[in-house]
Amino acid sequence: MYRYDEFDDTLVRERAKQFRGQVERRLKGELKEEHFKPLRLQNGVYLQLHAYMLRVAIPYGQLNAKKMRQLAMVADVYDKGYAHFTTRQNVQYNWIKLADMPDVLDVLADVEMHAIQTSGNCIRNVTSDHLAGANLDEIEDPRTWCEIIRQWSTFHPEFSSLPRKFKIAVTAGETDRAAVRVHDIGLHMKKNAEGNVGFEFIVGGGLGRTPFVGPTVREWVAKEDLLSYLEANMRVYNRHGRRDNKYKARIKILVSELGLEEYRREVEEEFAAQNTWEKVVLPQEEIDRITAYFAPPKFETLPATSAAFEAFKAESREHARWAKNNLRTHRAPGYTSVHIALKQQGEAPGDATSDQMRAMADIGERYGVDDIRVAHEQDVVLPHVKLDDVPAVYAALKAAGLHASNAGLGSDIIACPGLDYCNLSNARSISVANEIQAVFADPEFEDEVGTLHVNVSGCINACGHHHVGHIGILGVDKKGEEFYQVLFGGRADEKATIATIQGPGLKHEEVAPAIRRVIDTYLSLRRDGGEKFIDTMSRVGQAPFKEALYAAA
Amino acid sequence: MPLLKDGKVIDDVWAFVEDGHELSPGGCVIVSLGRFLSEHDQLLARNHSIGVRLLNSDDPALLSPFLDQIHLVELQFPKYTDGRALSQSQLLRRRHGYKGEIRATGQVLRDQLRLMIRSGFDAMIIDEADAEGVYEFSAHELSEFYQSAADTSDTIFVKRQRARQSKAAE
Repeated sequence: MYRYDEFDDTLVRERAKQFRGQVERRLKGELKEEHFKPLRLQNGVYLQLHAYMLRVAIPYGQLNAKKMRQLAMVADVYDKGYAHFTTRQNVQYNWIKLADMPDVLDVLADVEMHAIQTSGNCIRNVTSDHLAGANLDEIEDPRTWCEIIRQWSTFHPEFSSLPRKFKIAVTAGETDRAAVRVHDIGLHMKKNAEGNVGFEFIVGGGLGRTPFVGPTVREWVAKEDLLSYLEANMRVYNRHGRRDNKYKARIKILVSELGLEEYRREVEEEFAAQNTWEKVVLPQEEIDRITAYFAPPKFETLPATSAAFEAFKAESREHARWAKNNLRTHRAPGYTSVHIALKQQGEAPGDATSDQMRAMADIGERYGVDDIRVAHEQDVVLPHVKLDDVPAVYAALKAAGLHASNAGLGSDIIACPGLDYCNLSNARSISVANEIQAVFADPEFEDEVGTLHVNVSGCINACGHHHVGHIGILGVDKKGEEFYQVLFGGRADEKATIATIQGPGLKHEEVAPAIRRVIDTYLSLRRDGGEKFIDTMSRVGQAPFKEALYAAA
Repeated sequence: MPLLKDGKVIDDVWAFVEDGHELSPGGCVIVSLGRFLSEHDQLLARNHSIGVRLLNSDDPALLSPFLDQIHLVELQFPKYTDGRALSQSQLLRRRHGYKGEIRATGQVLRDQLRLMIRSGFDAMIIDEADAEGVYEFSAHELSEFYQSAADTSDTIFVKRQRARQSKAAE
């Protein structure tokens, strides 16, 4: 994991001090809320329905035990003993007092953490593949480049008052676990014809009110050009992105209104016009310095199978099920990646108590080479665990109530906080997610259904990413009553697709039974047990599923 | 409102002249980009300093052939959250090598000063009673930064490289 040097540390501490001053001016009434708002937003402080919310940055989802324990401490001392892990690999607290925020930033700085640019119209936390460094198919560890982008984008003087927020994601695997096609800029690391690793630039994807799968602006950009080409894109956006309407201000609208060809021409023209001294090229020694922090841990030479792990699976169906659903193939023999689904039946998706956070810290430290990641599915991942240690890891997770064995399945639902917390929301999300989870309460049924991504958003802003769920649920308000529109066929991976709205909204209590009918339709139509929900749907079309959706009584 | 130049409050000797209005024979005047581009021969022939006001939608590149004869470029912040002038300023300084004054007008708030200075502004009209004090504080609140910009300060990346080199030299 990257470690701060004196410069990173000074910057984060001075930022905390600066924000303390801004909060003091606000509390004294010297700073109007109108003027304080963009300042607090650039530091992750939102005003929610009931209280201020603080979003803490977890750059590319990377944690260790020390950081996780500090996050747990913050939850205990300054919040109500829990925190929420987000789809952008960050963590949120919902009940922190404004007057306490500066103290929280100080204790975060003690463990090399901050809340810089976790909201506001600036470049947000850069996200990545939660299995970076562990998965089989990546061509290079993307975290080096995420860290470089984090540093370059932090307090960028030119790009701190953009038309709208700006999200960058980087992936380096054939399988895209970072949803790069639905980001403002998605970077997919690839080799060119000469075999050199560079970046495919995907620009103008996004969800929200106007979802787009981002088009490729350039197939391959060399590593030494990464930051300069990013600057060219950012400058075209900063100068020409719409500022007249916040709902049309994202870069996806600029790309769509200009057309891909014209947008590309403007970026290439800007890139070509950069003087040598305008180019942002890091010395190779600096890239090497940062890369060294992401060197793979020293994996022991182990056999590909483990007797202890085999015995664990054979012991019970519970074990076998968890192992089948929550473990991911690791590149080193005898190792696996453990997916901790923060999706126990009836809990708010992505929430963890401070005790659970400390348990994850302990387990990660003892069995996972002190490497802990947040996944965009609102889950936590231990990327490097020995198969021999899996029985102990499972026992410890179970003791902490973290053993939900539904990773990647129907009840591993992504949901926004919804009307329970959010002042933008039109409808509750958590309760609808919990009712859909209940459809899959029978583990055998859930396993039978297999891979299924359900996403729930409480409003059109789409924080639950309903556009990219195999099944998406969107809460809407009709004359004071909650209704839920259902979408089919979305996906966020390398085959990114925007889901299609099926028709009129359903009442809250109608949603779960309707989803059950849709699932039953899938089970009756699928070719065999190996054909996933999304594949059956793309083979036979959405019509029979829509029919099932509205088939009530 | 106070005018700050390089952090000090100074008298404003510049006056903007609306398009179509006659220029006074003397004094420093600011004109619109459109007027400047159509009348630059006459404007530059005057024996007085000339400034140009750019709208946020104006392209600074259009001034490129004249920049060594222009003494002031005024850039606007219609709202403090509108950062287009930050790109315009960077372009003027770093792309086109402009050395004269770049002045910020509009909604200029103290918490934006540092971004403006780093982006190449050396003057701003700011609604603060203690403008110099506010400038002094805001300009130095943060001492480290990663990006090279229009100011000449060393970046963290430069400092790291220098430290590596001096270590290697030892």
